[in-house]
Amino acid sequence: MNLLIHLTYLAPIVAAVGILLGLQPRRTATYAALIALVSALVVFLGYSRAQAGFQFESAIPLVPSWDLKFFVGVDGLSATLLLLTSIVELAAVWLAPTVESGENPYYACILLIAAGAAGAFASLDLFFFYAFHELALIPTFLMIGIWGLGNRQSVAWKITIYLSVGSIILLVGLIGLYLLPPPQARTFDIVKLQQLASTGAFAGSGSKSVFILLLIGFGILVSLFPFHTWAPQAYASAPVPVAMLHAGVLKKFGLYGLLRVALPMMPEAARHWAPLLLILLAGNLLYVGMATISQKQLDLTLGYSSVMHMGYIFLGIASYNVIGLNGAALLMLAHGLSIAALFAMCGEIRRQTGTVNYLDLGGLGTSMPTLCFIFGLATFASIGLPGFANFASELLIFFGAFKNSAPGAPLNEFQIVGTIALWGVVISTVYMLRAYRAIFMGERQARWQYVKDMPMNLGWAVILLVGALLVFGLLPRTVLDAVEPGIRLFAK
Amino acid sequence: MNSSPWIILLAPFIATFVITLITERFKKLSSYISVGAVAISFVFSVFVFFGHDTSGSFNWIDLGVFQVKIGYLVNDLTKLMLLVVSGVGLLIHIYSIGYMADDSGRSRYFAGLSLFMFSMLGIVLADNFIMMFIFWELVGVSSYLLIGHWYFRPAPPDAANKAFLANRIGDFGFMLGILLVWSASGTVSFGALSQHWSTLGLDPTFMTVTALLIFCGAVGKSAQFPLHVWLPDAMEGPTPVSALIHAATMVAAGVFMLTRTFFLFQHSPIALTVVLWIGLLTSLLAALMATQQDDIKRILAYSTLSQLGLMVAAIGLAVPQAAMFHLFTHAFFKALLFLGAGSVIHSLHHEQNIWQMGGLREKMPRTFWTFLIGTLALIACPPFAGFWSKDAILASASGNTPAFLAIAAVTFLTAFYMARLFVVAFLGEPRSDHARHAHESPPVMTIPLLLLAIPACLAGFPFVASFFIRVPEHEGSPLGAIAVSLLAFAVGAAGGFYLYRDRNKDEIDIPLFEHKFYIDEFYSSLIKWTVDLLANISGFFDRWVIDGTIVRGLGGLTWGSGFALRFLQIGNLQAYAFLFGAGVILLLYLVKFPTK
Repeated sequence: MNLLIHLTYLAPIVAAVGILLGLQPRRTATYAALIALVSALVVFLGYSRAQAGFQFESAIPLVPSWDLKFFVGVDGLSATLLLLTSIVELAAVWLAPTVESGENPYYACILLIAAGAAGAFASLDLFFFYAFHELALIPTFLMIGIWGLGNRQSVAWKITIYLSVGSIILLVGLIGLYLLPPPQARTFDIVKLQQLASTGAFAGSGSKSVFILLLIGFGILVSLFPFHTWAPQAYASAPVPVAMLHAGVLKKFGLYGLLRVALPMMPEAARHWAPLLLILLAGNLLYVGMATISQKQLDLTLGYSSVMHMGYIFLGIASYNVIGLNGAALLMLAHGLSIAALFAMCGEIRRQTGTVNYLDLGGLGTSMPTLCFIFGLATFASIGLPGFANFASELLIFFGAFKNSAPGAPLNEFQIVGTIALWGVVISTVYMLRAYRAIFMGERQARWQYVKDMPMNLGWAVILLVGALLVFGLLPRTVLDAVEPGIRLFAK
Repeated sequence: MNSSPWIILLAPFIATFVITLITERFKKLSSYISVGAVAISFVFSVFVFFGHDTSGSFNWIDLGVFQVKIGYLVNDLTKLMLLVVSGVGLLIHIYSIGYMADDSGRSRYFAGLSLFMFSMLGIVLADNFIMMFIFWELVGVSSYLLIGHWYFRPAPPDAANKAFLANRIGDFGFMLGILLVWSASGTVSFGALSQHWSTLGLDPTFMTVTALLIFCGAVGKSAQFPLHVWLPDAMEGPTPVSALIHAATMVAAGVFMLTRTFFLFQHSPIALTVVLWIGLLTSLLAALMATQQDDIKRILAYSTLSQLGLMVAAIGLAVPQAAMFHLFTHAFFKALLFLGAGSVIHSLHHEQNIWQMGGLREKMPRTFWTFLIGTLALIACPPFAGFWSKDAILASASGNTPAFLAIAAVTFLTAFYMARLFVVAFLGEPRSDHARHAHESPPVMTIPLLLLAIPACLAGFPFVASFFIRVPEHEGSPLGAIAVSLLAFAVGAAGGFYLYRDRNKDEIDIPLFEHKFYIDEFYSSLIKWTVDLLANISGFFDRWVIDGTIVRGLGGLTWGSGFALRFLQIGNLQAYAFLFGAGVILLLYLVKFPTK
């Protein structure tokens, strides 16, 4: 089991090195992604739901005096996110195009992004938790800058500065967290840190400032309003596999950090800052939601929608109870799968027609029925319809928000934002159905008569993603039963 | 646990999957699978009907402190609805084999029908609010798929979007209501709530608000004013779909839900009054609109709106039995009318304008006579089914004069516009080539008509109806109610008949009714000036203010644009490696030399 966890990030890293040294990129990458997926699946299924806490731990001490080690292991939450990472990784590799110049670095970069994300989710050491995420960001920036679309250089530059600023704020916060306990108790070990937290080591006045640093730092990485403007343009410019991996997987790092580090260690500080977080996430839901409606092209609509949907996850986190937090965890998985599928198909539309502008498109459903059908399923998932994992998670998030009240009392701030979130479902419906109508429906246009249905590799990739959404949507307990014991340790 | 309810529910669900994944290419097989599934549901519904009341459930989600259950609650109300939904559904499925015989998207269509049956049966069986909401949403999805079946034309997808959105707006209120019910009581189970809701000692205003939010769900699904606009547009779907949506399933779900959750309304007079007048307003407006429509399906659509308004009004009058009685009879005669209209449309090569029809009596005798029965049932002609159930609603209103008068007015209008429809479409001379060459539809379509005509004749008689449903007993003066009802019916029908006999065009022109009180136009401009305007302002603000000024401004301040440009030429890797390295050094420095 322990070996399998290592494989989730080592397989892509080794394959990436091999590809850079000249191995056939496509085949190597596919095998590596398959190995990672099988490993992650076995870990996910093998994780014992009966007992809470971390399992399959293994550690290599590096700097004993700082208690710094290379330390990996999973609980239900990280096992779920490892599974998400490797599913999206395989899909991204599967559908990645033939690149004319630099195919080897292209595939190596895809694998490195996935490896970084997997490493971050598997790490139980604060240092490597942070370092793996940085490892994933570098190839992200490179790929946007080199293989991106449109105004790629300035977009790459912007996301680099933006996320680096976020990372540095986060780094300061993490250092603060390291320094909070008394010197002899300091450690990078997340498991020990969580035990320290239960003794009140982080309860001091410093925890509030540390928490806000972590919240802003992680928040920037997750495109929390008003730090979100990097996201839509970056996703619009990014090559398809990067958009899938970043929006689907890497962005979840910030949320994972809040659930893994910030919330369990500083519960009082989390409650203290909850009102601020509620205001900001209402901005994600309402303001960004409205901005999404005004978008005129699919890539930006999807980019904005992914920013908007972060609001739901933040709401589950802000509610700070078992119901909302489980909803947030499940939505991290569900959103990752659905947005990856949507970006994948958006890329195919652009590849064939050269445009994703609503005014130019129309009637594609007749030419690409399979893509139209699966896009429809992904759309339904994205707007939270039952049957898909997104519904179960949003449902839990709504109930989580309404849990924080006295019976029959007037609306409190959680319920008000919960109501906004509920209205957000209507907003999502408006923009996604408008997009679907504009692209696929209506009469077939003569200029799109040469458009073909999607190729096999893309078909299998999106079927993998949407199929996973259906499985987790029909049987949400597969995920929740694993995640819930870990959450119950620090929330009611 | 009893397995019959699960079989009823799962048969169409499995059919959906099988058709989508396996038999998509074999169109005929797909249609048989779909019909077979609903037939299984129907057979087991009959078993359940003669069986005991039961319930059972399992945990779909279990977080210890919070469970979401999927379960069934079988009582008299469930049994009746199961029979109506699966029975009428079965006939519509069979009819669809004939109607959709030439459609290339037949497999997709039947997969949608099966999904629809699954969703609707789920609503009927649901034993708690969350499960009902799940299937409630699924009904919205499947109606979207079916209304938009002909997605390669411009109008159907627009209609599908409109239907879905209107339903989602209603569901916003519905879900909010469910959340309030749960936060006040800690449960969503119908069984527990129906016993304890009134004893929780909640604030009356809170109870009224909660009840009205739940009612929002019904306003969306049962197409009540002000969310009624989607239903007439939903006529863009294939005609059997209209029959399905309008007769036994989707729109009936709202009335069924109100009956199921009547305990929320029972003790809130304000909520009941609002429900009553929303229902009556819908009923009256729709009846007035129907008098000026020329499309045979649209006239029937408005009549559905109008009849649903009456059912909702009956809930508002605190007589849910009357609402269910009317739902029961309406399911048969409305399905009959839609399928009859479909038979005409099919035969006339998709001509839907009644002024292009005429003279169909000899050419389509079975359709003609069954349609006549449906019409008589709808306009409450004794002794057809609609007479009894509408009379029950009228009698419930006998203590409330304004409501009584409104219902009488609706009765008059219904008789008038249906007489107009019947006289113009079926009698007189053929007014188009299509009408001259009309021919009777195949038996697979006319047999369901005949089978539906029987309950349209008989289902209202108290000795028949009481077998299925508790027929409300009349209070006050039943004779007076019957007299008014008969008078309104007779005047309306005679008026429609004489005004429109042997006409070639409509002599009456009331633009206000023809344009549906300009409500659609009002909504379009409302959306344009609120939602779209706000969206554009947000989009503009995001792009040019937050991103353009603040972020770029800060970026500019920090880096200086020339510096940034130079970095660009070097390439991002170095720039980033620099930042990364700086971060790591900072980290190591701070760890090594702690400041504290």
